Amino acid sequence: MRIAILALQGAFEEHRQTLLKLGVESFLVRNLADYQREKDGMIIPGGESTTILKLLKDLSIFEPLKKDIEQGLPVFGTCAGLIMLDDKHLGTMNITVKRNAYGRQLGSFFFEGDFDGINGKIPMTFIRAPFIEKCGDGVKILSTVNGNIVAAQQGRQLVTAFHPELNDDLRVHEYFLKMC
Amino acid sequence: MENRETLNRNLAQMLKGGVIMDVTTPEQAKIAEAAGACAVMALEKIPADIRAAGGVARMSDPKMIKSIQQAVSIPVMAKCRIGHFVEAQILEAIEIDYIDESEVLTPADDIFHIDKRKFKVPFVCGARDLGEALRRINEGATMIRTKGEPGTGDVIQAVRHLRKMQSEIRRIKSLSEDELYEAAKQLQVPFDLVNFVHENGKLPVVNFAAGGVATPADAALMMQLGAEGVFVGSGIFKSGNPEKRAQAIVKAVTNYDKPEILAELSEDLGGAMVGINEQEIQLLMAERGK
Repeated sequence: MRIAILALQGAFEEHRQTLLKLGVESFLVRNLADYQREKDGMIIPGGESTTILKLLKDLSIFEPLKKDIEQGLPVFGTCAGLIMLDDKHLGTMNITVKRNAYGRQLGSFFFEGDFDGINGKIPMTFIRAPFIEKCGDGVKILSTVNGNIVAAQQGRQLVTAFHPELNDDLRVHEYFLKMC
Repeated sequence: MENRETLNRNLAQMLKGGVIMDVTTPEQAKIAEAAGACAVMALEKIPADIRAAGGVARMSDPKMIKSIQQAVSIPVMAKCRIGHFVEAQILEAIEIDYIDESEVLTPADDIFHIDKRKFKVPFVCGARDLGEALRRINEGATMIRTKGEPGTGDVIQAVRHLRKMQSEIRRIKSLSEDELYEAAKQLQVPFDLVNFVHENGKLPVVNFAAGGVATPADAALMMQLGAEGVFVGSGIFKSGNPEKRAQAIVKAVTNYDKPEILAELSEDLGGAMVGINEQEIQLLMAERGK
């Protein structure tokens, strides 16, 4: 199995390290040529969503990525990656997202919460994080924190508002790899 | 078990591979955001103008910083003077995302830096070498940038500082364990920090380049030398076509090792900032705060 990690901006290296620990091959996508390599799944990391969106479009990755996800490419978006898949960006998931939902950096926090399909608590780091305000058809809620939706799945698309790549816990990535 | 220091280091991780731009007005902040900046630094005067104006440079008017916070959704940083912990308290009160305890402003204290562990908001600090970087981290900085020489448009000092830091990191990595105690003594930092560098071959926090970056090629140079992202101060809004240059620098940082892409990005950018050569500099800001 080989996973592509979108590496336009943000914490892509952390995802690469996590996959390395799981013994899964991966490569970084910085341009269209990188994107066109063969892959079994795609990770869109955290970072600044405005930056990532602009680069996706300018580097002509936006349209092929959207098409591939619609045709079943498994994808995992964390934080800014979650925003990328929502109804205002790539539009491949039926979710409406509130950006910077907890305010500025002073609102960033750590939580240990439940995750449907994984036993035991999951460490969740929220950095200027979004949450999902509304889920449409076909979306399964996997985790909520204080009443806000922070993880969801629709078909082969998985999103978390927190950053599993920042902790040593590998279970959310394992969950994604099972979808690939 | 919420740990502010970890959360603050984590925010810096999210900025990696990005460009942080100096802006002085909400309009400039919007241009920076639209160009793909991953954060903006709000300040009244960019370093080149601080240099030209002379006099004491202080923290910006909080009202001006707030107007920039309202204008964009990306993180907003602001500078306080070295050692001026009250300016830092004020910036924390307006919920700034990152404070830059910066040598660009006139230092308020020639001995002590701010005890940054007393704050909930994160700090980034400048450094010219590994010792300075680790001393700032020990004081609680959760992100480091090279000092370079701000407001000059000359990249030589940023290159010098980053090369020095990288070479010192490589040296620490190569030491035997019993030699680390002496290294800690020489660098004037706690053993644990030196040991981290020894084991991991990098700083325990994210390290950006800053000070003198004016072109996409400059930005890519810093990335190839090992920076994890780039601050651009005067280089953008002192140039002929800020919008285009800002976009080009953002893309250059993403594809820093692809000369074909860099060549395309470097075309038709209009005039770069004029800049000042190293020999012509009257005031070395990098000498402030060791």
